[in-house]
Amino acid sequence: MFYREAGQYKTSYAKDLQAFPIKQDKIGMFIWGILAVVVAVIGIPGLGYDFAMKAIIIPTLIFTITALGLNILVGFAGQISLGTGAFMGVGAYACLKLTTFFPDVNILIHFVLSGFVAAVIGMFFGLPSLRIKGFYLVVATLGAQFFLEWAFGRIPWLYNFADSGAIEVPTRTLFGVPITGASADVTWQYFIVLFFLAGMTWIASNLIRGRIGRSWMMIRDMDIAAELIGVRPLWTKLSAFAVSSFYCGVSGALMVFIWLGAAEVESFDINHSFLYLFMVIIGGLGSITGSFMGAAFIWIFPILLKEVGKSFGYNATLMENISLVAIGVMIVIILIKEPHGLARLWQISKQKLRLWPFPH
Amino acid sequence: MLKKLSLTVAGLAAAFTMIAESKAQAEDSLYIPMTTYRTGPFAANGTANANGMWDYFEMLNQRDGGIGGAKLVVEECETGYNAQKGVECYESTKGKGALVYNPNSTGITLQLIAKAPIDKIPVLSMGYGLSAAAIGETFPWTFNYPASYWSQTSSILNYIESQGGLKGKKIGFIYLDVGYGREPIPLLEELAPKLGFELALYPVGVKEMQAQSAQWLNVRKDRPDWMVMWGWGAMNPTAIKEAVKIRFPMDKFIGNWWSASHVDLIPVGESAKGYLGSNFTAPGTSYPMIQDIIKHVIDNPNASTQTEKENVGHVLYNRAVFNGVLVAEGIRAAQAHFGKPGINAEEMRWGLENVDLSDARLKEIGLEGFTAPIKGSCADHENGGSIFMHQWNGTDFDKVTDLIPPMTDIVRPMLETAAAKYIEDKPDWQKQTCN
Amino acid sequence: MELLYGIFIDPWIQMVSLPDFFVQVLWEGFVSGVLYSLIALGFVLIFKASGVFNFAQGIMVVFAALAMVGIYELGVPGWLSVIIALGIMYALAFSVERFVMRPLVGQDDIILFMATIGLTFILIGGGQAIFGGEPKAMLTSEIGLPSGDYVWEMGGGIVIFQKLDIAATVIAGALIAGLAFFFSYTKIGRALRAVADDHQAAVSVGIGLNQIWVVVWFAAGIVALVTGIMWGAKSDVSFALQIVALKALPVLVLGGFTSIPGAIVGGLIIGIGEKVFEIYWGGLMGGGVESWFAFIIALIFLLFRPQGLFGDKIIERV
Repeated sequence: MFYREAGQYKTSYAKDLQAFPIKQDKIGMFIWGILAVVVAVIGIPGLGYDFAMKAIIIPTLIFTITALGLNILVGFAGQISLGTGAFMGVGAYACLKLTTFFPDVNILIHFVLSGFVAAVIGMFFGLPSLRIKGFYLVVATLGAQFFLEWAFGRIPWLYNFADSGAIEVPTRTLFGVPITGASADVTWQYFIVLFFLAGMTWIASNLIRGRIGRSWMMIRDMDIAAELIGVRPLWTKLSAFAVSSFYCGVSGALMVFIWLGAAEVESFDINHSFLYLFMVIIGGLGSITGSFMGAAFIWIFPILLKEVGKSFGYNATLMENISLVAIGVMIVIILIKEPHGLARLWQISKQKLRLWPFPH
Repeated sequence: MLKKLSLTVAGLAAAFTMIAESKAQAEDSLYIPMTTYRTGPFAANGTANANGMWDYFEMLNQRDGGIGGAKLVVEECETGYNAQKGVECYESTKGKGALVYNPNSTGITLQLIAKAPIDKIPVLSMGYGLSAAAIGETFPWTFNYPASYWSQTSSILNYIESQGGLKGKKIGFIYLDVGYGREPIPLLEELAPKLGFELALYPVGVKEMQAQSAQWLNVRKDRPDWMVMWGWGAMNPTAIKEAVKIRFPMDKFIGNWWSASHVDLIPVGESAKGYLGSNFTAPGTSYPMIQDIIKHVIDNPNASTQTEKENVGHVLYNRAVFNGVLVAEGIRAAQAHFGKPGINAEEMRWGLENVDLSDARLKEIGLEGFTAPIKGSCADHENGGSIFMHQWNGTDFDKVTDLIPPMTDIVRPMLETAAAKYIEDKPDWQKQTCN
Repeated sequence: MELLYGIFIDPWIQMVSLPDFFVQVLWEGFVSGVLYSLIALGFVLIFKASGVFNFAQGIMVVFAALAMVGIYELGVPGWLSVIIALGIMYALAFSVERFVMRPLVGQDDIILFMATIGLTFILIGGGQAIFGGEPKAMLTSEIGLPSGDYVWEMGGGIVIFQKLDIAATVIAGALIAGLAFFFSYTKIGRALRAVADDHQAAVSVGIGLNQIWVVVWFAAGIVALVTGIMWGAKSDVSFALQIVALKALPVLVLGGFTSIPGAIVGGLIIGIGEKVFEIYWGGLMGGGVESWFAFIIALIFLLFRPQGLFGDKIIERV
C-alpha cells in the first residue's frame, strides 16, 4: 500500500543508476539520517546514553565497516579470508605508530592512512590467492592471521614499548574536542564513526557498480572464464584484497582508538575473525545492506539475549553458551534456507510490502 | 506476517523495558558488578574466581544483611575473557551505580584504567593488571592491592636468594605470551645484572598453551637452576606435566599466584609433589570466615551459589573471597567516614584508599594469618605485597615460608617511571597530589 | 655476521655436539606430528567422501574427549565411558548428516565449509553448557594407558621416551591400518571409495549417499576421540585444544586434501619441522615461532605445488 513504485519514471541513465531509485527508499534513508542525529542527541530511550552509544551503536557501526570490507572480499570477489581480525590489528597498530610519529596531524587522517598500511599488508598476504583458492586460501589467510598476531605481540616497537604490551590510546582532539582516549566526547565519536561509515559505504557501493566491482564478481563466478574474456586476475584479486584490507584497517583503527581505548593482541585474534565472517554470512554474501544487518545482528543479538536472560533470572554463563549455540544454529539455518542471508529476507519482505495488503 | 511482526516488536519492547526496570535500584543498596568468565579458554580459573567473590558477598547478605545495613546487590556479567565483551559489561552496569569494578582480567583492566577517572568509578585489580597502577598519585582511581606483579617478582627473587643465592644462577622464566605474562620481564631484565643472575625467557603462545614440548626442550637444553612461571588457564597443568617429563626438580619450579592453584595441580597430582606457589592468600577452610561461608552459603538451601563444596578453600576461591573482603573493607571505611550506609563510587574510592586491614582486623573478621595486613594510602595503592610460599604435597598446598617482602626500594622507582610513561601522551590525565 | 653465524652454522654445531638432545627433539616432534596426522586424518576422511572441509574437526576432538570424561565422572567404568562416547559421536554424525549435510547437498563447497564453522560454535556452546568449561584430567590408567617413561642412554646423555607417547604412536598406527583395511576390504569401504571417486556415478549404481556420510562422519568422530584421548593425556582436556587442532590445516596443504598417506607424512613433516625450527632457529626471533611456522611453510609450499605432496592434480575446465 505504502510501498508502491508505480508512476515513478526514470528518464535518464543517471536516474536509473541512483543508489536509491525508489522514492520511498529515499524517504526511508532520510528518516534513517534523522534517526542517526536523534540518537546522538537523546540516545535510545530506556537504555543509558553511554550504554546505548558505547556498547551498542558505536561498535555496531565500526563492525559494519569491517563487514563491508570482508564482504567485498568474500561476497563480491569470492576470496575467503580468515585473517580479518589480524588485518584490523594492522590498522590499529599502524594508527598508533602514525600518531606517535606525527602527533600534530589530525587523527582522522591517520585513520585513513592506517587503512592504506593495512591495504599493503593485505595485498602481500593476498598474493597466494593468485595460485590457490577455496580452502587453500583459508589456510593461507590463517597463516597471515597467526603470523600477524605473533608479530603484534613480539615486536615491542609496535606498541611503543608499553609495559603492559598493549596499545594505549593517546588523547587526540578534533576542533579542540578530545575524540580519542578516555576523556573523549561520545557524541563526537559517534558522528566520526558515522561519517566514516557513510563515506565508506558510498565508496563501496560505487566501486561495486563500477568496472572493478564487475571484474570482482566475474572472478568470483568463474575465474577462468573471466580471465578468458580479458579480466586480469592479478590486478582483480589483489585489488579486492587491498580494498578489503583498507576497510578492515580503518575499522581496526576506529575500533581501538574510538571504542576500546586500549587493546591487547587478543582483540585481533582468530575468534574475532570468525565473528566478522559470521556477520557477512548472516547478513548476506555480496550485499551491502547485508553487511549492515549482519554486523548489527551478530553484535546486538548476544547482548539482547543476555539482558533478556538476566531479567528472567538465568545465569550469565548459560546465556553466553546459549548465544553461541544460537549463532551456530542460525548460521546453519541461514545457509540452508536462505544462503543470501538477512539481506535477501529484507528484499523478500520489501517485495511483499509492495503488494500488501492485496497479495495477488 | 503482520502478526508475527507485531509479536516480535512487542517482545523487543518488553526486553527493553526490562532493561530499563533492572536499572532502578533500591535506595540503600550497594551495587557491585562482577565481570566473570565461566566460559572460554580460561573458564576453570574464571569460575573459581567468580564463585569465591560471589559466595562472600552472598554470605554477608545472609549473615549480616549486607554491610552496615545496606544490602549488597551483585550482578555477574559474562565476558569469556574477551576484552570487547568487557567494555559492553562495563557500559551496561556503570549506569546502575556501580561502586567498584573487579575486572578479573588484565585486558579489561587496561581498558578500565583509562575510563575510571572519567566515570569516577574505582577499579580494584587485586594482584593483576597494570603494575604501575600502584602509584596512587598517578592513578587515583586504580588499586592493585596487595601487590603488583613487579613486587611479586622481586619477592620470588628474594625467596630464591634465601635458598642458596641468586648470584651466578640461571633463572628461567616461562610465561603466557600476552600482556599479563610479559609484565615482569622489564623488572627481571633490570635486576638480572644488578643481582648477578642470568635470565632465560620461554614464551608460550595462547594457542600453544597445551603443546609446550618445544619450550621444555629448550629448558632442558639451557638447564636453568630455577624456573618461574607466569601462566594461566590450561597452560599451567601442561607446563607442570612437561616439567615432570624432563625431570626438572619440582622444588625449583615456582608459579606466581595465578599459576599455583588447585585446578592447575589436581590434574597432575602426585607427580607434581614439591611444586612451589607464591601466594598472597592462604588456601584451606580452617579460617572462621571460610567456615561462615560454608555455613551461610554452601550449606544454606536459601542462598544462591554455584560452588561445589569440595572447591571451597582452594587457592583461587580463597583469593577471590579475599577480593570480596577488600571491597567490603573499602565499603566499611567509606560508610564510617561519610556516615551513611549507601555510598557512591566516589566515596568508595576514598574507602579503598583508606582501607586498614590490620592484623587485629583480620582476626576480627576471621582471617587471622590468612594474608599480610594491608593499609592503603593516597600514594601507595599496592601496599607492601608480601607473599607466602606454598608447596604442593600431591593433594594440597602446605605453607612453607612466612611472608616474604618485596624489594620495595628497587621496585617503587621503576613503578614511578612506568607510571610517568603511561601518562606521557595523555595531557588531560587526572592525577592527585599526596602529602 | 653474528646473525649469519646464528642462522647457518650454530644450529648444526648444536645438533652434532648434543646428539642425545637432538634425538629428543626429533622424538618430541615426531610425537606431536602423530597427533597432527590424526587430526588431519579426520579432515581427509570427510573431505574425500563428501567434499566438505570440516572445520569442526578440532572441536570434535575436544567434544569427544569431554564427553568421555564427563560420562566417567558420572560413575561409569572407564571402558564403558569410551563406548558411550563412541555412541555420542555416532549420534553426532547422524544428526550432522540429517540436519546439516543433507539439506545442503549440492551447495557450493564454501557454503558447506561455513556450515561447519556454524557447527563448531554449536559444539563449543553446547559442550560448555553440558560438560562445563573447565579443563578436565583425561582418564589414563582407567582405560589402560601406560604412564612413566623409558630412558635410553646415548652420546653421553639421555633420551626420555614417555610410554604414553609410544602408546599413542602405536594406537595411531593401528587406527590407520584399521581404517585402511576397512576402506579396502569391506562393502561399505568400497562404496565409500566409489563415492569419493564420483558422487553421481556412485548414486546411479545404487549407493546411498546419506548412509555413507554418516559412516565417514562417524569414522572422523572415532579418530577425534582417539586424538582427544591422546592429547588430553599429554596435557588435559579443555576447549583451548580446539585451536591447536587448526595446525592440521597446514598439514593438509602439505599432504593434499584427499590423501591419507599425505596426511600422515604431512603431519610428521610439520611436527618434526616446527620443533627443530623452534629449538634451533626460534631463539633468533624471540621464540614462539611455532604458532605460525607451519602455516608459513604451507603458504610457501602452496605457491609451488598447490595440490600438495600426494594430492590429486587440480584440473579446471570452463
